[in-house]
Amino acid sequence: MANSLTDSVQLTGNGLRPDLHAIADLVPTRAKVLDLGCGDGALLAYLAAAKGVQGRGIELSEAGVLACVGRGLSVRQGNLEEGLADYPDASFDYVILSQTLPFLDAPQMILAEMLRVAQRAIISFPNWGYWRCRWQLLWTGHMPPGPDLPQTWYAPPRWQALTVADFLTFCQQAGMTLIHEVYLANGRVAPQVAWLKNLLATTAVFVLEG
Amino acid sequence: MIPTNSIGIVETQTFTFAQDEPFVLDSGATLQPVTLAYETYGQLNAERTNAILICHALSGSAHAAGYHAGDDKPGWWDDCIGPGKAFDTNRFFVICSNVLGSCYGSSGPTTINPAAGKPYGLSFPVVTVQDMVRAQVKLVDHLGIDQLFCVAGGSMGGMQVLAWAANYPQRTRAAIPLATTARHSPMLIAFSEVGRQAIYADPAWNNGAYYDQPSKPDAGLAVARMVGHITYLSDDSMQEKFGRRLHERERYGYEFHAEFEVESYLKYNGNKFTRRFDANSYLYVTKAMDYFDLGRDGSLSQAFRGATAVKFLVVSFTSDWLYPSYHSKEIVKALTAVGADVTYLDILSRWGHDAFLLEVDTMTGLLENFLGRLLREERDPSSAVRESYFVNGEGDA
Repeated sequence: MANSLTDSVQLTGNGLRPDLHAIADLVPTRAKVLDLGCGDGALLAYLAAAKGVQGRGIELSEAGVLACVGRGLSVRQGNLEEGLADYPDASFDYVILSQTLPFLDAPQMILAEMLRVAQRAIISFPNWGYWRCRWQLLWTGHMPPGPDLPQTWYAPPRWQALTVADFLTFCQQAGMTLIHEVYLANGRVAPQVAWLKNLLATTAVFVLEG
Repeated sequence: MIPTNSIGIVETQTFTFAQDEPFVLDSGATLQPVTLAYETYGQLNAERTNAILICHALSGSAHAAGYHAGDDKPGWWDDCIGPGKAFDTNRFFVICSNVLGSCYGSSGPTTINPAAGKPYGLSFPVVTVQDMVRAQVKLVDHLGIDQLFCVAGGSMGGMQVLAWAANYPQRTRAAIPLATTARHSPMLIAFSEVGRQAIYADPAWNNGAYYDQPSKPDAGLAVARMVGHITYLSDDSMQEKFGRRLHERERYGYEFHAEFEVESYLKYNGNKFTRRFDANSYLYVTKAMDYFDLGRDGSLSQAFRGATAVKFLVVSFTSDWLYPSYHSKEIVKALTAVGADVTYLDILSRWGHDAFLLEVDTMTGLLENFLGRLLREERDPSSAVRESYFVNGEGDA
């Protein structure tokens, strides 16, 4: 197993990955949503079906785009940098970036662009501050892979480890307002105790405003 | 033997208009009358909402699918048009018309000029892609169709699709431009001009007045077509198709014959083309493409500002160096800027520009899914994705 840090994560009843389920809960009905790196379109299809959301997606892989079109979604192939730039200001109510943050070359720019094209941004990312990650680094000296992320450090796509604390500091410096936060531990909602979040959460889901 | 999934035997029909009032072209010149050759496949429904217009490329004709009586080769996009195919003729009423300026039955330089009693030749007015589309609008009017379910086509066909969406957005529910551009680039104009120069240089061309002469400018037209064929392939596909193989010989002859496979292929196709296409039409149709520039009166997004309700499926192919992907991305960018609903895919392919006709499996899946979504939206605009979501059995709600 490439990812031994977390217990195996169960998909939720609606077939969504837990962080996507948490994101879906944060999106109001009939919102206009842009999903960045929308993959096979599972989240957008769910949002459209369950919440009447008007969704659009940007996805890099041909297989992903084909799957999205198969679900009846409107998706553009391309990378986030060039894709986002094409949208006028405030085109969407919500823009979503799920589990992609550690893979971005220019996260600061992408986050700023997200809050340009949408009123709010929902971001989920793996938390390297999780106690097992810290324990692994301390005890074995090996850099832990991201919780819930199977990628090794040496194969593409490359990732940059970050923690909940890192991200909160960044938001403060960038003048982005944290509207809502959800912490997941192995697919379940984790205790929202302030000083424990960074230790207990495997995945963080934040709603930001510009 | 006609395959069972073919639409079967089809016939080209004609529609003539502008008998009383001249048809005014972009250049200001007029035509009177104008004839369009067209074919239709499938049945127009009672509400007249299931019509799909297919637009052909440079050398295409109205014969997009099925077989003409006595022919053993089907129409040019038979892979995608027919019962159960991507453009399913059990569901859709598919129309394809020959463009203005061509030589397959629509008004063009080979048509008899009623005023002179002989073929127009170079006295036929220069037409644009927008002129071609304006003539198609007359045909669609004639068929009693207010709004097309979809307009689709590749290459020059894609330019017509874009012109439909930009100039007749209220009559175009969806648009599928494939392997095309909104603006003919200098490289494209350059290739067009090489083809035209080859025709001009043929003494038999005789300034376009060759219809009553013993010979036609076949040599010039064949060279034009050879250049075309090179641009439709890719370095990769030529390596695979021909390599450095020799044609019907073992060793070099040290002489000026078509020795290599690739030479023999070009020669064969060049010659074959002269038996089916007219040199003057080649000049007119390539010229129309060269004039194509949708953003000419401002920005490209301005050209699409009325098309926000049109659903777009834009497709390019990674190895197409004639209409490289960035052309399609510019279209997508402009459409995104005006808030249009656009799906875009750059299909991984080695077949160059020809890929839009050759990547049948990927294209069929993509077209079927896109058209399926449009059909669901037509039935209930709010439930399109919902229906597909729960039909696919993924939801539990």
